[in-house]
Amino acid sequence: MNRPDLIDRYGPADRFNHWITALTFILLALSGLALFHPSLFWFTQLFGGPTWTRILHPYVGLVMFISFALLALRFWHHNLLTKNDIVWLSRIADVVRNREDRLPEVDRYNAGQKLLFWTMIATIPTLLATGIVIWQPWFAPHFPIGIVRLAVLLHALCAFVMIAGIIVHIYAAIWVQGTVGAMVRGTVSKAWARKHHPGWYKRVMQGDER
Amino acid sequence: MALQSLDILRRSATTTPSPQQRQMTELAKLIDVTKCIGCKACQAACQEWNDLREEVGVNVGSYQNPHDLTADSWTLMRFAETEENGTLEWLIRKDGCMHCADPGCLKACPSPGAIIQYSNGIVDFHEENCIGCGYCITGCPFNIPRLSEKDSKVYKCTLCSDRVAVGLEPACIKACPTQALVFGSKADMIEHANERIVDLKERGFQNAGLYDPQGVGGTHVMYVLHHADKPEIYNELPKDPTISAMVSVWKGIFKPLATAVLGLTALAGFFHYVTVGPNQTEEDEEDTHEQA
Repeated sequence: MNRPDLIDRYGPADRFNHWITALTFILLALSGLALFHPSLFWFTQLFGGPTWTRILHPYVGLVMFISFALLALRFWHHNLLTKNDIVWLSRIADVVRNREDRLPEVDRYNAGQKLLFWTMIATIPTLLATGIVIWQPWFAPHFPIGIVRLAVLLHALCAFVMIAGIIVHIYAAIWVQGTVGAMVRGTVSKAWARKHHPGWYKRVMQGDER
Repeated sequence: MALQSLDILRRSATTTPSPQQRQMTELAKLIDVTKCIGCKACQAACQEWNDLREEVGVNVGSYQNPHDLTADSWTLMRFAETEENGTLEWLIRKDGCMHCADPGCLKACPSPGAIIQYSNGIVDFHEENCIGCGYCITGCPFNIPRLSEKDSKVYKCTLCSDRVAVGLEPACIKACPTQALVFGSKADMIEHANERIVDLKERGFQNAGLYDPQGVGGTHVMYVLHHADKPEIYNELPKDPTISAMVSVWKGIFKPLATAVLGLTALAGFFHYVTVGPNQTEEDEEDTHEQA
Protein backbone atom coordinates (compact mmCIF):
# COMPACT_ATOMS: atom_id res chain seq x y z
CA MET A 1 0.00 0.00 0.00
CA ASN A 2 1.65 3.19 -1.19
CA ARG A 3 -0.92 5.76 -0.16
CA PRO A 4 -1.60 6.13 3.57
CA ASP A 5 -5.16 7.33 2.95
CA LEU A 6 -6.17 4.00 1.37
CA ILE A 7 -6.81 0.59 2.84
CA ASP A 8 -7.07 -2.77 1.12
CA ARG A 9 -10.53 -4.33 0.76
CA TYR A 10 -10.14 -6.97 -1.97
CA GLY A 11 -7.00 -8.77 -3.12
CA PRO A 12 -6.26 -9.47 -6.81
CA ALA A 13 -7.63 -13.04 -6.64
CA ASP A 14 -10.93 -11.84 -5.17
CA ARG A 15 -11.21 -9.14 -7.82
CA PHE A 16 -10.43 -11.55 -10.63
CA ASN A 17 -13.00 -13.98 -9.28
CA HIS A 18 -15.65 -11.29 -8.80
CA TRP A 19 -15.24 -10.00 -12.34
CA ILE A 20 -15.41 -13.46 -13.90
CA THR A 21 -18.72 -13.84 -12.08
CA ALA A 22 -19.82 -10.36 -13.16
CA LEU A 23 -18.89 -10.76 -16.83
CA THR A 24 -20.50 -14.18 -17.10
CA PHE A 25 -23.56 -12.77 -15.34
CA ILE A 26 -23.88 -10.00 -17.96
CA LEU A 27 -23.65 -12.57 -20.76
CA LEU A 28 -26.21 -14.81 -19.03
CA ALA A 29 -28.64 -12.01 -18.26
CA LEU A 30 -28.57 -10.72 -21.84
CA SER A 31 -28.87 -14.13 -23.47
CA GLY A 32 -31.48 -15.29 -20.95
CA LEU A 33 -33.62 -12.18 -21.30
CA ALA A 34 -33.37 -12.50 -25.09
CA LEU A 35 -35.17 -15.83 -24.86
CA PHE A 36 -37.52 -14.63 -22.12
CA HIS A 37 -39.37 -11.72 -23.70
CA PRO A 38 -39.76 -11.11 -27.46
CA SER A 39 -39.00 -7.39 -27.04
CA LEU A 40 -35.48 -8.38 -25.99
CA PHE A 41 -34.97 -11.07 -28.63
CA TRP A 42 -32.56 -8.77 -30.48
CA PHE A 43 -30.00 -9.42 -27.72
CA THR A 44 -29.44 -12.73 -29.52
CA GLN A 45 -27.52 -10.74 -32.17
CA LEU A 46 -24.84 -10.07 -29.54
CA PHE A 47 -24.14 -13.79 -29.36
CA GLY A 48 -23.99 -14.64 -33.07
CA GLY A 49 -27.70 -15.27 -33.57
CA PRO A 50 -30.55 -16.98 -31.75
CA THR A 51 -29.34 -20.55 -32.07
CA TRP A 52 -25.86 -19.63 -30.82
CA THR A 53 -27.51 -17.84 -27.91
CA ARG A 54 -29.33 -21.05 -26.99
CA ILE A 55 -26.15 -23.12 -27.37
CA LEU A 56 -23.81 -20.80 -25.43
CA HIS A 57 -26.03 -19.78 -22.49
CA PRO A 58 -25.74 -23.01 -20.46
CA TYR A 59 -21.95 -23.28 -20.85
CA VAL A 60 -21.52 -19.69 -19.67
CA GLY A 61 -23.82 -20.62 -16.80
CA LEU A 62 -21.46 -23.39 -15.72
CA VAL A 63 -18.55 -20.91 -15.61
CA MET A 64 -20.59 -18.49 -13.52
CA PHE A 65 -21.63 -21.20 -11.10
CA ILE A 66 -18.06 -22.32 -10.47
CA SER A 67 -16.80 -18.77 -10.21
CA PHE A 68 -19.60 -17.79 -7.83
CA ALA A 69 -19.05 -20.91 -5.73
CA LEU A 70 -15.42 -19.84 -5.13
CA LEU A 71 -16.58 -16.33 -4.28
CA ALA A 72 -19.16 -17.68 -1.84
CA LEU A 73 -16.57 -19.87 -0.11
CA ARG A 74 -14.36 -16.82 0.38
CA PHE A 75 -17.03 -14.47 1.68
CA TRP A 76 -19.83 -16.42 3.38
CA HIS A 77 -18.50 -15.89 6.91
CA HIS A 78 -18.62 -12.10 6.47
CA ASN A 79 -22.28 -12.34 5.54
CA LEU A 80 -23.83 -13.93 8.62
CA LEU A 81 -26.74 -11.78 9.76
CA THR A 82 -26.55 -10.10 13.17
CA LYS A 83 -29.02 -8.20 15.37
CA ASN A 84 -27.60 -4.93 14.05
CA ASP A 85 -28.61 -6.02 10.56
CA ILE A 86 -32.24 -6.31 11.57
CA VAL A 87 -32.13 -2.76 12.96
CA TRP A 88 -30.38 -1.59 9.79
CA LEU A 89 -33.10 -3.13 7.63
CA SER A 90 -35.87 -1.63 9.76
CA ARG A 91 -34.36 1.78 9.03
CA ILE A 92 -34.19 1.28 5.29
CA ALA A 93 -35.83 4.70 4.79
CA ASP A 94 -32.75 6.30 6.37
CA VAL A 95 -30.51 4.14 4.22
CA VAL A 96 -32.00 5.34 0.93
CA ARG A 97 -31.93 8.96 2.15
CA ASN A 98 -28.18 8.83 2.88
CA ARG A 99 -28.72 9.33 6.66
CA GLU A 100 -26.07 6.92 7.84
CA ASP A 101 -25.73 8.62 11.22
CA ARG A 102 -29.07 7.05 12.22
CA LEU A 103 -27.93 3.51 11.41
CA PRO A 104 -26.31 0.92 13.65
CA GLU A 105 -22.60 0.24 13.20
CA VAL A 106 -21.90 -1.72 10.03
CA ASP A 107 -19.05 -4.23 9.88
CA ARG A 108 -17.46 -5.47 6.66
CA TYR A 109 -20.86 -5.71 4.96
CA ASN A 110 -24.16 -4.00 5.62
CA ALA A 111 -27.43 -5.91 5.81
CA GLY A 112 -28.30 -5.03 2.21
CA GLN A 113 -25.07 -6.53 0.96
CA LYS A 114 -25.62 -9.60 3.11
CA LEU A 115 -29.14 -10.10 1.83
CA LEU A 116 -27.85 -9.85 -1.72
CA PHE A 117 -25.26 -12.50 -0.89
CA TRP A 118 -27.91 -14.89 0.44
CA THR A 119 -30.19 -14.14 -2.51
CA MET A 120 -27.37 -15.26 -4.79
CA ILE A 121 -26.79 -18.33 -2.60
CA ALA A 122 -30.46 -19.25 -3.08
CA THR A 123 -30.81 -18.46 -6.77
CA ILE A 124 -27.53 -19.46 -8.42
CA PRO A 125 -27.57 -23.14 -7.41
CA THR A 126 -31.26 -23.31 -8.32
CA LEU A 127 -30.45 -21.79 -11.70
CA LEU A 128 -27.77 -24.44 -12.18
CA ALA A 129 -30.05 -27.32 -11.21
CA THR A 130 -33.04 -26.14 -13.26
CA GLY A 131 -30.74 -25.12 -16.12
CA ILE A 132 -29.41 -28.67 -16.36
CA VAL A 133 -32.96 -30.05 -16.39
CA ILE A 134 -33.94 -27.85 -19.38
CA TRP A 135 -30.58 -28.12 -21.21
CA GLN A 136 -31.26 -29.22 -24.80
CA PRO A 137 -30.23 -31.49 -26.33
CA TRP A 138 -28.04 -33.05 -23.62
CA PHE A 139 -30.12 -33.44 -20.47
CA ALA A 140 -33.73 -32.28 -20.95
CA PRO A 141 -34.86 -35.43 -22.83
CA HIS A 142 -33.89 -37.54 -19.80
CA PHE A 143 -36.22 -35.79 -17.35
CA PRO A 144 -39.99 -36.31 -17.02
CA ILE A 145 -41.96 -33.53 -18.71
CA GLY A 146 -43.51 -32.39 -15.40
CA ILE A 147 -40.05 -31.78 -13.95
CA VAL A 148 -38.95 -29.91 -17.09
CA ARG A 149 -42.04 -27.67 -16.90
CA LEU A 150 -41.38 -26.89 -13.23
CA ALA A 151 -37.72 -26.23 -14.08
CA VAL A 152 -38.44 -23.69 -16.85
CA LEU A 153 -40.69 -21.73 -14.52
CA LEU A 154 -38.27 -21.87 -11.58
CA HIS A 155 -35.37 -20.95 -13.86
CA ALA A 156 -37.21 -17.83 -15.02
CA LEU A 157 -38.28 -16.95 -11.46
CA CYS A 158 -34.77 -17.30 -10.01
CA ALA A 159 -33.24 -15.42 -12.93
CA PHE A 160 -35.72 -12.59 -12.37
CA VAL A 161 -34.86 -12.38 -8.65
CA MET A 162 -31.15 -12.58 -9.40
CA ILE A 163 -31.18 -9.91 -12.13
CA ALA A 164 -33.27 -7.57 -9.96
CA GLY A 165 -30.79 -8.14 -7.11
CA ILE A 166 -27.80 -7.43 -9.33
CA ILE A 167 -29.38 -4.23 -10.67
CA VAL A 168 -29.61 -3.06 -7.04
CA HIS A 169 -26.03 -4.26 -6.42
CA ILE A 170 -24.67 -2.31 -9.41
CA TYR A 171 -26.66 0.79 -8.54
CA ALA A 172 -25.56 0.69 -4.89
CA ALA A 173 -21.93 0.59 -6.00
CA ILE A 174 -22.48 3.74 -8.10
CA TRP A 175 -24.64 5.44 -5.48
CA VAL A 176 -22.25 4.95 -2.56
CA GLN A 177 -19.29 6.73 -4.08
CA GLY A 178 -15.83 5.33 -3.57
CA THR A 179 -17.19 1.76 -3.66
CA VAL A 180 -16.33 0.76 -7.23
CA GLY A 181 -12.59 1.21 -6.51
CA ALA A 182 -12.78 -1.57 -3.92
CA MET A 183 -13.49 -4.10 -6.66
CA VAL A 184 -11.47 -2.40 -9.42
CA ARG A 185 -8.19 -1.49 -7.71
CA GLY A 186 -8.85 -3.33 -4.44
CA THR A 187 -8.72 -0.27 -2.17
CA VAL A 188 -11.06 2.13 -0.42
CA SER A 189 -10.31 5.36 1.37
CA LYS A 190 -10.09 5.35 5.15
CA ALA A 191 -12.81 7.99 5.25
CA TRP A 192 -15.07 5.73 3.14
CA ALA A 193 -14.47 2.81 5.49
CA ARG A 194 -15.11 4.94 8.61
CA LYS A 195 -18.35 6.24 7.13
CA HIS A 196 -19.83 3.09 5.64
CA HIS A 197 -18.16 0.22 7.49
CA PRO A 198 -16.99 1.59 10.86
CA GLY A 199 -16.90 -1.82 12.56
CA TRP A 200 -14.68 -3.22 9.83
CA TYR A 201 -12.55 -0.05 9.82
CA LYS A 202 -11.82 -0.39 13.53
CA ARG A 203 -10.78 -3.99 13.18
CA VAL A 204 -8.55 -3.18 10.21
CA MET A 205 -6.85 -0.35 12.08
CA GLN A 206 -6.31 -2.60 15.08
CA GLY A 207 -4.73 -5.11 12.75
CA ASP A 208 -7.42 -7.76 13.44
CA GLU A 209 -8.27 -7.99 9.79
CA ARG A 210 -6.27 -7.14 6.79
CA MET B 1 -43.39 -24.09 -45.16
CA ALA B 2 -43.90 -20.38 -45.62
CA LEU B 3 -46.57 -20.50 -48.30
CA GLN B 4 -49.53 -18.72 -46.76
CA SER B 5 -48.44 -15.29 -45.63
CA LEU B 6 -51.73 -13.39 -45.70
CA ASP B 7 -53.60 -15.56 -43.24
CA ILE B 8 -51.46 -15.82 -40.13
CA LEU B 9 -53.56 -15.87 -36.98
CA ARG B 10 -50.65 -16.03 -34.56
CA ARG B 11 -46.89 -16.10 -34.73
CA SER B 12 -44.62 -17.25 -31.88
CA ALA B 13 -42.82 -14.59 -29.79
CA THR B 14 -44.54 -11.77 -31.64
CA THR B 15 -46.48 -9.05 -29.82
CA THR B 16 -47.98 -7.21 -32.80
CA PRO B 17 -50.60 -8.55 -35.26
CA SER B 18 -49.32 -10.87 -37.98
CA PRO B 19 -50.48 -10.55 -41.62
CA GLN B 20 -54.09 -11.70 -41.41
CA GLN B 21 -55.87 -9.74 -44.11
CA ARG B 22 -57.21 -12.96 -45.63
CA GLN B 23 -59.54 -15.09 -43.53
CA MET B 24 -59.63 -18.78 -44.39
CA THR B 25 -62.23 -21.37 -43.47
CA GLU B 26 -61.35 -23.28 -40.34
CA LEU B 27 -60.34 -26.79 -41.37
CA ALA B 28 -60.14 -30.06 -39.51
CA LYS B 29 -58.99 -33.63 -39.93
CA LEU B 30 -61.41 -36.14 -38.46
CA ILE B 31 -59.98 -39.48 -37.36
CA ASP B 32 -62.71 -42.05 -36.95
CA VAL B 33 -60.99 -44.54 -34.68
CA THR B 34 -63.94 -46.93 -35.06
CA LYS B 35 -63.28 -47.29 -38.79
CA CYS B 36 -59.50 -47.61 -38.58
CA ILE B 37 -58.07 -51.00 -39.55
CA GLY B 38 -54.48 -50.13 -38.56
CA CYS B 39 -53.04 -50.54 -42.06
CA LYS B 40 -50.57 -47.68 -41.60
CA ALA B 41 -51.17 -46.34 -45.10
CA CYS B 42 -51.36 -42.89 -43.51
CA GLN B 43 -47.96 -43.38 -41.90
CA ALA B 44 -46.47 -44.44 -45.21
CA ALA B 45 -48.12 -41.57 -47.09
CA CYS B 46 -46.78 -39.09 -44.55
CA GLN B 47 -43.24 -40.33 -45.08
CA GLU B 48 -43.73 -40.36 -48.84
CA TRP B 49 -45.06 -36.84 -49.15
CA ASN B 50 -42.60 -35.28 -46.74
CA ASP B 51 -39.80 -37.43 -48.16
CA LEU B 52 -38.65 -38.70 -44.79
CA ARG B 53 -37.65 -42.25 -43.87
CA GLU B 54 -37.80 -43.79 -40.44
CA GLU B 55 -34.95 -46.06 -39.39
CA VAL B 56 -35.80 -49.76 -39.56
CA GLY B 57 -36.58 -50.72 -35.97
CA VAL B 58 -37.12 -53.93 -34.00
CA ASN B 59 -40.29 -55.78 -33.11
CA VAL B 60 -41.13 -55.80 -29.42
CA GLY B 61 -44.38 -57.72 -29.67
CA SER B 62 -46.66 -54.97 -30.95
CA TYR B 63 -47.78 -53.81 -34.33
CA GLN B 64 -46.73 -50.32 -33.28
CA ASN B 65 -43.81 -49.37 -35.45
CA PRO B 66 -41.88 -47.15 -34.92
CA HIS B 67 -42.40 -47.29 -31.16
CA ASP B 68 -42.89 -43.56 -30.81
CA LEU B 69 -43.19 -40.38 -32.84
CA THR B 70 -39.82 -39.13 -34.05
CA ALA B 71 -38.42 -36.19 -36.02
CA ASP B 72 -38.96 -38.40 -39.12
CA SER B 73 -42.30 -39.97 -38.16
CA TRP B 74 -44.90 -37.26 -37.67
CA THR B 75 -47.82 -39.63 -37.40
CA LEU B 76 -48.02 -43.05 -35.77
CA MET B 77 -50.65 -45.73 -35.33
CA ARG B 78 -50.74 -46.52 -31.64
CA PHE B 79 -52.11 -49.98 -30.82
CA ALA B 80 -53.76 -50.82 -27.51
CA GLU B 81 -55.55 -53.93 -26.30
CA THR B 82 -58.11 -53.64 -23.55
CA GLU B 83 -60.76 -55.81 -21.88
CA GLU B 84 -62.13 -52.88 -19.92
CA ASN B 85 -65.41 -52.89 -21.82
CA GLY B 86 -66.32 -56.53 -21.23
CA THR B 87 -64.75 -57.86 -24.38
CA LEU B 88 -61.32 -57.76 -25.96
CA GLU B 89 -60.95 -54.59 -27.96
CA TRP B 90 -58.10 -53.66 -30.22
CA LEU B 91 -57.97 -49.88 -30.17
CA ILE B 92 -55.91 -48.22 -32.84
CA ARG B 93 -55.34 -44.50 -32.71
CA LYS B 94 -53.52 -42.43 -35.28
CA ASP B 95 -51.36 -40.13 -33.14
CA GLY B 96 -49.86 -36.83 -34.25
CA CYS B 97 -50.21 -33.09 -33.83
CA MET B 98 -53.74 -32.04 -32.84
CA HIS B 99 -53.37 -28.47 -34.23
CA CYS B 100 -54.87 -26.87 -31.11
CA ALA B 101 -56.77 -23.60 -31.34
CA ASP B 102 -54.73 -22.52 -28.30
CA PRO B 103 -51.36 -24.13 -29.08
CA GLY B 104 -49.08 -24.62 -26.05
CA CYS B 105 -46.08 -25.00 -28.36
CA LEU B 106 -46.64 -21.56 -29.86
CA LYS B 107 -47.22 -20.02 -26.46
CA ALA B 108 -43.93 -21.41 -25.12
CA CYS B 109 -41.76 -20.70 -28.20
CA PRO B 110 -39.26 -17.83 -27.66
CA SER B 111 -38.22 -17.48 -31.31
CA PRO B 112 -40.26 -15.06 -33.46
CA GLY B 113 -41.89 -16.88 -36.36
CA ALA B 114 -40.67 -20.37 -35.51
CA ILE B 115 -44.27 -21.46 -34.93
CA ILE B 116 -47.12 -20.12 -37.04
CA GLN B 117 -50.86 -20.62 -36.63
CA TYR B 118 -52.82 -20.02 -39.80
CA SER B 119 -56.41 -18.82 -39.75
CA ASN B 120 -57.44 -22.21 -41.19
CA GLY B 121 -56.27 -23.71 -37.88
CA ILE B 122 -53.02 -25.31 -38.99
CA VAL B 123 -50.16 -24.91 -36.51
CA ASP B 124 -46.91 -25.12 -38.41
CA PHE B 125 -43.28 -25.16 -37.37
CA HIS B 126 -40.92 -23.05 -39.48
CA GLU B 127 -37.74 -24.92 -38.69
CA GLU B 128 -35.44 -22.27 -40.20
CA ASN B 129 -36.41 -20.04 -37.24
CA CYS B 130 -36.22 -22.84 -34.66
CA ILE B 131 -33.38 -22.43 -32.15
CA GLY B 132 -33.65 -25.89 -30.59
CA CYS B 133 -34.53 -24.82 -27.04
CA GLY B 134 -37.29 -27.42 -26.64
CA TYR B 135 -39.73 -24.99 -24.98
CA CYS B 136 -42.50 -26.15 -27.36
CA ILE B 137 -42.13 -29.64 -25.89
CA THR B 138 -42.97 -28.23 -22.43
CA GLY B 139 -45.94 -26.36 -23.89
CA CYS B 140 -47.54 -29.29 -25.73
CA PRO B 141 -50.21 -31.19 -23.73
CA PHE B 142 -50.12 -34.07 -26.27
CA ASN B 143 -46.37 -34.89 -26.27
CA ILE B 144 -45.97 -34.30 -30.00
CA PRO B 145 -42.91 -32.19 -30.99
CA ARG B 146 -39.68 -34.14 -31.46
CA LEU B 147 -36.21 -32.60 -31.33
CA SER B 148 -34.06 -33.97 -34.13
CA GLU B 149 -30.73 -35.49 -33.17
CA LYS B 150 -29.49 -34.50 -36.61
CA ASP B 151 -30.01 -30.72 -36.49
CA SER B 152 -31.50 -29.87 -33.05
CA LYS B 153 -34.65 -28.51 -34.68
CA VAL B 154 -38.13 -29.62 -33.71
CA TYR B 155 -40.43 -31.44 -36.13
CA LYS B 156 -44.07 -32.50 -36.15
CA CYS B 157 -47.11 -32.93 -38.43
CA THR B 158 -47.74 -29.88 -40.62
CA LEU B 159 -51.27 -31.06 -41.52
CA CYS B 160 -49.67 -30.91 -44.98
CA SER B 161 -49.86 -27.11 -44.93
CA ASP B 162 -48.10 -27.13 -48.30
CA ARG B 163 -50.74 -29.37 -49.88
CA VAL B 164 -53.67 -27.63 -48.18
CA ALA B 165 -52.38 -24.24 -49.39
CA VAL B 166 -52.87 -25.38 -52.99
CA GLY B 167 -56.24 -27.00 -52.40
CA LEU B 168 -55.16 -30.60 -51.80
CA GLU B 169 -56.07 -32.76 -48.84
CA PRO B 170 -53.32 -33.94 -46.47
CA ALA B 171 -51.36 -36.99 -47.69
CA CYS B 172 -52.66 -39.25 -44.90
CA ILE B 173 -56.27 -38.51 -45.86
CA LYS B 174 -55.61 -39.40 -49.47
CA ALA B 175 -54.08 -42.73 -48.49
CA CYS B 176 -56.72 -43.95 -46.04
CA PRO B 177 -58.58 -46.93 -47.58
CA THR B 178 -61.56 -46.98 -45.15
CA GLN B 179 -62.33 -43.28 -44.90
CA ALA B 180 -61.44 -43.42 -41.24
CA LEU B 181 -59.63 -40.21 -42.11
CA VAL B 182 -61.61 -37.36 -43.59
CA PHE B 183 -60.74 -33.72 -44.10
CA GLY B 184 -62.76 -30.56 -44.65
CA SER B 185 -64.12 -27.52 -42.87
CA LYS B 186 -64.29 -27.96 -39.12
CA ALA B 187 -68.07 -27.41 -39.17
CA ASP B 188 -68.54 -30.14 -41.79
CA MET B 189 -66.29 -32.51 -39.87
CA ILE B 190 -68.29 -32.01 -36.67
CA GLU B 191 -71.49 -32.68 -38.59
CA HIS B 192 -70.02 -35.83 -40.12
CA ALA B 193 -68.79 -36.95 -36.70
CA ASN B 194 -72.22 -36.49 -35.20
CA GLU B 195 -73.75 -38.76 -37.85
CA ARG B 196 -71.13 -41.37 -37.06
CA ILE B 197 -71.82 -41.04 -33.34
CA VAL B 198 -75.54 -41.63 -33.82
CA ASP B 199 -74.70 -44.74 -35.83
CA LEU B 200 -72.27 -46.00 -33.19
CA LYS B 201 -74.77 -45.46 -30.39
CA GLU B 202 -77.34 -47.46 -32.34
CA ARG B 203 -74.81 -50.25 -32.53
CA GLY B 204 -74.37 -50.30 -28.75
CA PHE B 205 -71.50 -47.92 -28.14
CA GLN B 206 -73.35 -45.81 -25.59
CA ASN B 207 -70.39 -43.56 -24.88
CA ALA B 208 -69.39 -42.91 -28.47
CA GLY B 209 -68.43 -39.29 -28.95
CA LEU B 210 -66.30 -36.61 -30.52
CA TYR B 211 -62.90 -35.70 -29.11
CA ASP B 212 -62.43 -31.96 -29.64
CA PRO B 213 -60.99 -30.94 -26.27
CA GLN B 214 -62.07 -27.46 -25.18
CA GLY B 215 -59.21 -27.11 -22.67
CA VAL B 216 -56.99 -26.18 -25.62
CA GLY B 217 -59.75 -24.23 -27.38
CA GLY B 218 -60.73 -27.22 -29.49
CA THR B 219 -58.44 -28.92 -32.01
CA HIS B 220 -58.14 -29.12 -35.78
CA VAL B 221 -57.53 -32.83 -35.60
CA MET B 222 -60.48 -34.55 -33.94
CA TYR B 223 -61.32 -38.13 -33.09
CA VAL B 224 -64.51 -40.13 -33.16
CA LEU B 225 -64.08 -42.53 -30.23
CA HIS B 226 -66.32 -45.49 -29.31
CA HIS B 227 -65.46 -44.77 -25.67
CA ALA B 228 -65.27 -40.98 -25.56
CA ASP B 229 -65.75 -41.14 -21.78
CA LYS B 230 -62.39 -42.91 -21.46
CA PRO B 231 -59.98 -41.38 -23.99
CA GLU B 232 -57.03 -42.56 -21.90
CA ILE B 233 -57.61 -46.20 -22.97
CA TYR B 234 -56.53 -45.15 -26.47
CA ASN B 235 -52.85 -45.15 -25.56
CA GLU B 236 -53.07 -42.33 -23.04
CA LEU B 237 -55.05 -39.81 -25.05
CA PRO B 238 -55.45 -37.10 -22.36
CA LYS B 239 -58.98 -36.79 -20.97
CA ASP B 240 -58.94 -33.03 -20.47
CA PRO B 241 -55.77 -31.63 -22.02
CA THR B 242 -54.70 -28.08 -21.13
CA ILE B 243 -51.49 -26.14 -21.34
CA SER B 244 -49.61 -26.89 -18.09
CA ALA B 245 -50.13 -24.25 -15.37
CA MET B 246 -46.33 -23.91 -15.12
CA VAL B 247 -46.11 -22.92 -18.78
CA SER B 248 -49.20 -20.68 -18.54
CA VAL B 249 -47.75 -18.73 -15.61
CA TRP B 250 -44.27 -18.56 -17.17
CA LYS B 251 -45.45 -17.42 -20.60
CA GLY B 252 -48.60 -15.65 -19.42
CA ILE B 253 -48.46 -13.12 -16.61
CA PHE B 254 -44.84 -13.65 -15.51
CA LYS B 255 -43.14 -12.81 -18.82
CA PRO B 256 -44.40 -9.20 -19.22
CA LEU B 257 -44.55 -8.55 -15.47
CA ALA B 258 -40.99 -9.62 -14.73
CA THR B 259 -39.64 -7.70 -17.73
CA ALA B 260 -41.46 -4.55 -16.60
CA VAL B 261 -40.29 -4.90 -12.98
CA LEU B 262 -36.66 -5.28 -14.09
CA GLY B 263 -36.94 -2.15 -16.24
CA LEU B 264 -38.56 -0.24 -13.40
CA THR B 265 -35.88 -1.38 -10.94
CA ALA B 266 -33.18 0.11 -13.16
CA LEU B 267 -35.28 3.25 -13.62
CA ALA B 268 -35.79 3.55 -9.84
CA GLY B 269 -32.00 3.56 -9.43
CA PHE B 270 -31.62 6.34 -11.97
CA PHE B 271 -34.28 8.49 -10.33
CA HIS B 272 -32.86 7.86 -6.88
CA TYR B 273 -29.55 9.21 -8.15
CA VAL B 274 -31.07 12.37 -9.65
CA THR B 275 -33.33 13.07 -6.64
CA VAL B 276 -31.68 11.87 -3.41
CA GLY B 277 -28.25 11.82 -5.01
CA PRO B 278 -25.07 9.87 -4.39
CA ASN B 279 -23.77 9.03 -0.95
CA GLN B 280 -20.45 10.84 -0.87
CA THR B 281 -17.58 10.60 1.56
CA GLU B 282 -15.61 13.68 2.53
CA GLU B 283 -11.99 12.73 2.48
CA ASP B 284 -10.07 13.62 5.62
CA GLU B 285 -6.78 15.49 5.01
CA GLU B 286 -5.29 13.82 8.08
CA ASP B 287 -5.55 10.35 6.55
CA THR B 288 -2.89 11.35 4.03
CA HIS B 289 -0.38 12.23 6.76
CA GLU B 290 -1.28 9.64 9.36
CA GLN B 291 0.93 6.64 9.72
CA ALA B 292 -0.84 3.54 8.49
